[in-house]
Amino acid sequence: MSTKVYDLGHARAGDKGNTSNVSVIAYDERAWNILRAQLSVERVMAAYAHIAQGPITRYELPKLRALNFVIENALGGGVTISLAQDAHGKSLSYLMLDIELPG
Amino acid sequence: MDKDIIRVGCGAGFSDDRIDPAQEMAERGRCDYIAFECLAERTIARESLARSKDPTKGYTPYLAERFQAVLPACIRNGIRIVTNMGAANPIGAARAVQREARALGLAEVPVAVVLGDDVTEQIRAHPELELLESGEPVESLLPRMAAANAYLGADIVRDALATGAPVVMTGRVSDPSLFLACMLHGLGWSYNDYARLAVGTIAGHLMECAAQLTGGCFADPGRKEVADMARIGFPFADVSRTGELVLGKVEGSGGRLDEMTCKEQVLYEMHDPAHYITPDCILDVTDVSFEALGANRVRVSGARARARTPTYKVVVGYHDGWIGEGEVGYAGPNALARAQLAERIVRERLAMRGFAYPEIRADYIGMSSLHGMAAGRSQPYEVRLRIAARSPDRKAAQAVGFEVRTLHVNGPAGGGGGSNALREVLGVKSLLLPRELVRTEVAVESGR
Repeated sequence: MSTKVYDLGHARAGDKGNTSNVSVIAYDERAWNILRAQLSVERVMAAYAHIAQGPITRYELPKLRALNFVIENALGGGVTISLAQDAHGKSLSYLMLDIELPG
Repeated sequence: MDKDIIRVGCGAGFSDDRIDPAQEMAERGRCDYIAFECLAERTIARESLARSKDPTKGYTPYLAERFQAVLPACIRNGIRIVTNMGAANPIGAARAVQREARALGLAEVPVAVVLGDDVTEQIRAHPELELLESGEPVESLLPRMAAANAYLGADIVRDALATGAPVVMTGRVSDPSLFLACMLHGLGWSYNDYARLAVGTIAGHLMECAAQLTGGCFADPGRKEVADMARIGFPFADVSRTGELVLGKVEGSGGRLDEMTCKEQVLYEMHDPAHYITPDCILDVTDVSFEALGANRVRVSGARARARTPTYKVVVGYHDGWIGEGEVGYAGPNALARAQLAERIVRERLAMRGFAYPEIRADYIGMSSLHGMAAGRSQPYEVRLRIAARSPDRKAAQAVGFEVRTLHVNGPAGGGGGSNALREVLGVKSLLLPRELVRTEVAVESGR
């Protein structure tokens, strides 16, 4: 049965230059095991491919039951010159939460 | 000085932040220090532009309102203020603080000003320095350079606090350093005690965006509830001489502070969690844990730090032309097709007039303006077309909004609510500057 990241954890997006980072924090141990096993760089790249060139780096923080994805070339050149409405990419956390996992 | 526990509060998390939570912090937060972070990556670029038009400007736009709100309570309660509101003109900001103090009928308020973050001259003298983004030398940006500022560390801010001035005003200082400096000064920590620097740096990192730690940027109705968001309280940190760190917020304020809000904020703007570089240290949050001690009280432990790097990060702001944009909305049957027709018309008109753009984009607000146009999006009832383009030529940029505006009469059926805008662009790029090339100093504006 498939499940959305939205049902497993919460997320926040931040920016530095043209790079976005999106954290995903599991609600509990069961959700953490699914996220850790299934929320791969490949799945995240597939979800962001139409707006970011990448590369994407994934960091694991088991003590926080969290993943941190660093998505390069994602913010239209960076906040000050971007033509995007959301130049900081603050809304990109919910693109992560919309990803479907096999579950 | 030399208390066993100090309380460092946060008074602002960005230049346009709410003002009343800082007043609440000053009046009822029982703080020893309040740090105001008002200088984002883009903010100093904006203020440099303001200063280039008027040399007395170039500090944060809400400085007067913020100081009117907090200065009386801070002076009354003996709370020291530390802030980077000086932006591109910290001396001008210090004088503005003193104007407000006089208007409030306060006795003279000395302001210790941190100088040395402006490294424009050093960058001009070293055109070979490589940009972090591209690896290319900074030389090509020099003719268009508007500002170059180094992210200074907590050591010079600590020195400014040592003058005893009630207010410390800085330009570019790393955000966590504003908070760490209060601990270095107030707890007598050594700048080489990395166990302590880790504690102060993570405290600063968690608090630097103010309400983002206490329930801002967090609520999702039905899933993550936050109480009383119109009155979210800003965070403070109780820090002991031995390096214990407990976060809290003002009693009775809105919002929430717990393990969930802390976890979201600790990873905010974090890349490699083992390698978060500030001017003071390299912070490692891999083993950080949060423990709720009761309502809105969280203990933070497990932060580590390694030796600071031999360089300062510098942000170079440069003139990068203009951005022009225009918007128009459509609703009801076939709204998307009419908006798409409008886009084609605008692009054809701009080409007809001989304008070409290094970058132009169209967004369908309500559908694709935030997350892009992924396959399989359902059609919205309403859609708002937005076209934006960047150009070195002001006229070319201005034409974008003009051609969207003319759609009211010349475009598809039922287009309404048009708007257009034109703004000057300051790009930013970064590089690393050897520390020995930077000369920091503290100047005290006495306020007499």
